[in-house]
Amino acid sequence: MADGMINLTIDGAPVSVPPGTLVIEAAKQAGVLVPHYCYHPGLPVAGVCRMCLVEIEKAPKLQIACATTVTEGMVVKTQTAPSKSARQSVLELLLINHPLDCPICDQAGECELQDFVFQEGRDGTRYGEYAKRFNPVEDFGPDVLYVPNRCILCTRCVRFMEDVAKEPVLNVSERGDRAFIGIHPEARLDHPWAGNVVDLCPVGSLLSKDFLHKARAWELDKTASICTGCSQGCNITLDTRDEVVVRVRPRPNLEVNRYFICDHGRMHYKWMNRGDRIEAPLIRRDGELKATDWDEALDRVAGILRGASGTAVALVSPGASSEALALAKRLLSGFSWTGAFQVVMGEEAPLPGVPNLALRAERAPNAKGAENLGYSRDYARALEAAKTAAVVLVLDDPDCAVEASGALIYLGSVLGADAPCRRADVILPIANVAEEEGTFTNCDGRDQRYYQAKPAPGMAQPAAWVLGELTAALGLAELTR
Amino acid sequence: MGFPHKPHPKETVVLSQYFGDVEARTHKGWVKRGGYEALAQALKMDPAAVTEVVKESGLRGRGGAGFPTGLKWSFMPKEKKKPHYLCVNADESEPGTFKDREIMRWTPHALLEGTAIAAHAIRAEIAYIYIRGEFTEPWTIMERALAEANAAGVFGSIKVYLHRGAGAYICGEETALMNSIEGKRGNPRIKPPFPAAAGLFGMPTTINNVETLAAVPPILKRGAAWYKGLCLSNPKSTGTKLFSVCGHVQRPGNYEVTMGFPLKGLLYDMCGGPPAGRTLKACIPGGSSVPILTREETESCLLDYEGVVEKGSMLGSGGVIVFDDSADMVYQIMRLARFYAHESCAQCTQCREGTAWTTKIMERILSGQGKTKDLDLLLDLSENMTGKTICVLSDSCAAPIVSGIKKFRGEFEAYLAGKRQPVMVG
Repeated sequence: MADGMINLTIDGAPVSVPPGTLVIEAAKQAGVLVPHYCYHPGLPVAGVCRMCLVEIEKAPKLQIACATTVTEGMVVKTQTAPSKSARQSVLELLLINHPLDCPICDQAGECELQDFVFQEGRDGTRYGEYAKRFNPVEDFGPDVLYVPNRCILCTRCVRFMEDVAKEPVLNVSERGDRAFIGIHPEARLDHPWAGNVVDLCPVGSLLSKDFLHKARAWELDKTASICTGCSQGCNITLDTRDEVVVRVRPRPNLEVNRYFICDHGRMHYKWMNRGDRIEAPLIRRDGELKATDWDEALDRVAGILRGASGTAVALVSPGASSEALALAKRLLSGFSWTGAFQVVMGEEAPLPGVPNLALRAERAPNAKGAENLGYSRDYARALEAAKTAAVVLVLDDPDCAVEASGALIYLGSVLGADAPCRRADVILPIANVAEEEGTFTNCDGRDQRYYQAKPAPGMAQPAAWVLGELTAALGLAELTR
Repeated sequence: MGFPHKPHPKETVVLSQYFGDVEARTHKGWVKRGGYEALAQALKMDPAAVTEVVKESGLRGRGGAGFPTGLKWSFMPKEKKKPHYLCVNADESEPGTFKDREIMRWTPHALLEGTAIAAHAIRAEIAYIYIRGEFTEPWTIMERALAEANAAGVFGSIKVYLHRGAGAYICGEETALMNSIEGKRGNPRIKPPFPAAAGLFGMPTTINNVETLAAVPPILKRGAAWYKGLCLSNPKSTGTKLFSVCGHVQRPGNYEVTMGFPLKGLLYDMCGGPPAGRTLKACIPGGSSVPILTREETESCLLDYEGVVEKGSMLGSGGVIVFDDSADMVYQIMRLARFYAHESCAQCTQCREGTAWTTKIMERILSGQGKTKDLDLLLDLSENMTGKTICVLSDSCAAPIVSGIKKFRGEFEAYLAGKRQPVMVG
């Protein structure tokens, strides 16, 4: 047993936790999930749902695990008759005014009310034929709907807005069983981080308009990813249904984004599903771009690179993976090399309740990674250099104003009708972030991995694969220092 | 509002000595009657010594819980690192209770003097007197008295504020009261931390009831031993207590008796018993939140903290609600449940949903639509509303239900069996 740790027993399992730990958190370490609604590790304790009542030896009555701190030698029991019966009662009470409209509720399948009632609720209600409380659906904000009939008044949303977003526009209005979540009459739930209330809501009471009726929870595949909305590098989950990204949710990382993501990041996924993609390698033949296979396309690029000398310029996207960026640099290592990227800037939007968490002004996930690899922010100079360079490589930056007199090679996923990259000699189709595995370096220098959520369309391949094939073809695959 | 009755010979008038004496309301009149002497005496003493006297007197909180007052004061941090606050709970909202109202109406300076002494004892620099919103007359009187006291320099460097509630019953709960003063919704807080550690504005706070503080000046003036001697039964309950008697008695009103006085004597001798031709049926001895007593229990009950507990109820706030044989207990209990359903702050699930459901079942029984299993359902619901929530509001709703069904089951069953004319409710 480590020094300074508190030792206690939860359902017979001994655990050691630091002083000040809450019983509910200590229980997690013992592998025990104490059912709860109002408690959330990212919010101040409210202790109102009374779901986590547990028996603690020597305590005169049941205690809530979410507001009780551990003491040495404490013996906690979560599965005794009094504790189970208290939880069963809370579940019954939460359901008496609940519409039980799971078949049409977006939360079904990932609803904590559904889960815990299934786990330990009563077989039926004793509420009888009384009318249920009814309040109409309310439009809270740009992406949030409030369905009061399903609300269990856990107040997570109220506490998030008050203590984390520090914009207290929500409250509990009215009293007794007439209570509901109210919004300031002149306010909207439009804080840049407001969308988190949808994730925090343990039931289907706060819904995302964007996700409304898009999918059932059990149809979704979940992939760990990193948000590309800015340089913060929030950890996210990409939810896909039939290989379409339908939702972005925060993935807890206490060091980066805790439990939250901003609305900009949350909405920054639709482009991943774009249908107008480059699906085959294109090479210029008789002055026109023609589709071909990878072998011919890669041969063509290798040929161009072998036959050229002098200067080369890489114009890259700060959204490309570090792997792709490193290989692009290596591919051009035989040249006098210039590499640069440009970052779209926006307004910074911090989440006041969490230190060092903000929607960053730099709206790209890997600017830091590009910089670390030697890419410059002086994009204008690189564009100027491109005019006379022997080879220009554009990586996933279709709208860059490139003018090249030498060879132009474009690796990208899309190609607009008037895109300057249409003048390229070779166009190689690449996967987007949802279709590949890779690494981003966030603004604090943290390297974070993201994974493939869906297949790339047509013949598109991850940029790192394409650039890897090319470096191998040129005999540059071995690391040289 | 009217004048109080003349004291009954069996009453022990300490707090109510000047009830009805208009002159005692003024600072001048209060000083003439020996007022503020106790304060002068206390200010010459060390705060800890004042606390010790109150501890020694055996004075216990008159708001309902009966916690020893001196002990509560002694919980304040010994080493003063933060501002200390005193809160005076004048949010008297417990149905059946109207004693604090009379103290504020007739002897506002008794409360102010007690407040000043308590603030000295706990070394508070700020005191808030939280007055129930509906108490318009007491508010006006307290405002005037405070202005006089301030003009007379009663409080020295201590700032005293009157804070008016907005009519929520729950704001009489100590931590909800603090939230309310802070400008927040009147929701009870989780304890710990207790107010002495982190109360009003997060600072060490003591909160006392009006009657408790009004009893402090006489204790200091006449000594702890005198107060301790005011005891007819259990030595743990000392002093006098105001009982607000309402309902089916001939002379309702506030009566002050020594702790341990028989409830029977209060109801029959002082209040004249039930109206002519009626007999006593039941009694709620300590405000609507405590279990109901039957006639037998009532007539053998001694009025002190232990005596009432012995009969299965609680002394509570001293709001005595009396029912004679004409009372429909099922209807009365429904009214109580409806009150709690209305006043629940909506934080805890058991209370928010449970009080409302309880009310619905009670209304259904009264309307003749009840089912036999409703009684078991009520008891099970009450069991789950007891000891499971942040504050005791839901326990208070359950107490009359449980005791009512236990003691007056026949009346419930008469409705269930269709033997009683259904009552229109709602």
